[in-house]
Amino acid sequence: MADLILSPNLENADDFYADLLAAHDGLEKAGSDALNARLVLVLANHIGDNAVLAQAIKAAALTGE
Amino acid sequence: MNKIFETPLYGYDRSPDQDAPSPVRHKVIVIGAGPIGLAAAIDLAQKGVDVVVLDDNDKVSFGSRAICFAQRTLDIADRLGGGRPMVDKGVQWNVGKVFFDNREVYSFDLQPDAGYANPAFINLQQYYLEQFLVDRARALQAQGAPLEIRGRNKVEAIGTHDDHVKLEVETPEGSYTVEADWLIACDGANSPTRRMLGLDFVGRVFEDNFLIADVIMDADFPSERWFWFDPPFNRGQSALLHKQPDNVWRIDLQLGWDIDKEREQRPENVIPRLKAMLGEDIQFDLEWVSIYTFQCRRMENFRHGRVLFAGDSAHQVSPFGARGANSGIQDTDNLCWKLKLVIDGQAPDSLLDSYNSERIQGADENILNSTRSTEFITPKSPMSRILRDAVLDLSEHYDFARPLVNSGRLSVPCTYDGSPLNSADALNGPAGTRPGSACPDAPLGDGFLLPGLADKFTLLTIDADGPDRIEEDGIEVTRLALSVKDDPTQELKRRYLGDATSAVYLIRPDQHVAARRDSYEDNAFRQAIRRATGKE
Repeated sequence: MADLILSPNLENADDFYADLLAAHDGLEKAGSDALNARLVLVLANHIGDNAVLAQAIKAAALTGE
Repeated sequence: MNKIFETPLYGYDRSPDQDAPSPVRHKVIVIGAGPIGLAAAIDLAQKGVDVVVLDDNDKVSFGSRAICFAQRTLDIADRLGGGRPMVDKGVQWNVGKVFFDNREVYSFDLQPDAGYANPAFINLQQYYLEQFLVDRARALQAQGAPLEIRGRNKVEAIGTHDDHVKLEVETPEGSYTVEADWLIACDGANSPTRRMLGLDFVGRVFEDNFLIADVIMDADFPSERWFWFDPPFNRGQSALLHKQPDNVWRIDLQLGWDIDKEREQRPENVIPRLKAMLGEDIQFDLEWVSIYTFQCRRMENFRHGRVLFAGDSAHQVSPFGARGANSGIQDTDNLCWKLKLVIDGQAPDSLLDSYNSERIQGADENILNSTRSTEFITPKSPMSRILRDAVLDLSEHYDFARPLVNSGRLSVPCTYDGSPLNSADALNGPAGTRPGSACPDAPLGDGFLLPGLADKFTLLTIDADGPDRIEEDGIEVTRLALSVKDDPTQELKRRYLGDATSAVYLIRPDQHVAARRDSYEDNAFRQAIRRATGKE
């Protein structure tokens, strides 16, 4: 079973974060929430592995300590 | 009150120029005796160029102002003969702590990389830097260098001509006229020069206010950088605590945009804020309080004929990342060798256009980085804040989120990718020394690499043959022959060869790489010298 990567893995963290913010530019709260939801689903499909995704959900909940 | 603020450093003294029958013409006049103007004057005087610095004041700047000086600035200060006292006086720190709300979310230890003469950065009050630079200027004067600093000389009008500039200067004894072939404006963010010439200062505007306080206390806070996001003592805003020499602590409290500046600066309003931050029973004295308003913007062009803008007069950034004074010092580092070649007729006037393009590239990089930091520290939309808080929450639990936390990306030198002065990279070498890069230092037995690369064009050969001296159209290049064996720690190899077994570098007087290949090839390097001096 593959493990969720929780060490730094972004090629360029600042560029990614700026791109993410830019995608939300000009959106109302509902539009932003919907964008985040679609982004989670797109990234989940890219990961594919259900075991990894289960670990990711647990990590994001901040209850897996 | 600290005495350094009271003592005139370059008091008014009548100049023979004021009694000359017709205006005296100097090679270069620098307006402003802050760190950038003084660095420019020292750099030019060391090269034998006649330079006069005019300043409307006669003392160091008031309050700590710029306090964080990066390695590249220290390397440049070494070249100017003023680096040692900065490092000796400055505070070095490695540990940073990040707080969010009422808790510490993580700390980091910036163990300095080995193999550099200078630390990654030091904390030092700007007035000490100014003091050290004036000391250096005085030492140069004592050696007969053509350098003058004229205090209480206020430039009231500027006339620009094709081949010179003409200045009307107001002094305590009346006004006089003086001329210069070249003018360097280092007169700060509110540059009177820029205003007198009617030049723009536009770009992305971001406005915020910071309460900056220098506090003297014998507290046992360690020499660490503490940064708070949304702390209980400054809700919705940020705060920074940083140590300076002499038991002075720098405290930055973000106040937001819509505030009453006069009211916020009163001690009866400042002291309760500081007590809430430091603790009720900490004893402290306020040395200096200021409200700092910043914007991120730059001039469209840093060169206007015979007038060159450097430092805050040309570009302004947010304070996050210490990119103000550090980038200004890089401006003059880039400018002075070019100006010297143009003055001596060894390079065309158009070489100075590369000052404009290279330093605009640097300014844009600094504005981008400091704008991103500003957005993280002060999210401008609700979703930006949600994402920022998510990063901070995750950073408390997982390493991966920590590179996303942005409380300022510390100033690093700009790599002039795409500069017209670069030749195409012809070495399969490390990215960090590609053409355009500032040369990283490397240990060489008892000494270091950078002092051997200063103030002249250098042909650096590493396990490669090459001529001891090249002269190409008046430009002299001298060889520094090294071997990877000169550095048992292998940093020279790691930083300059990588997977290559030999290398030849052409290095500019400002220690930036102009060209590199695996071996010496006469035609290629002669062409590279011509390119690096604006002749191709």
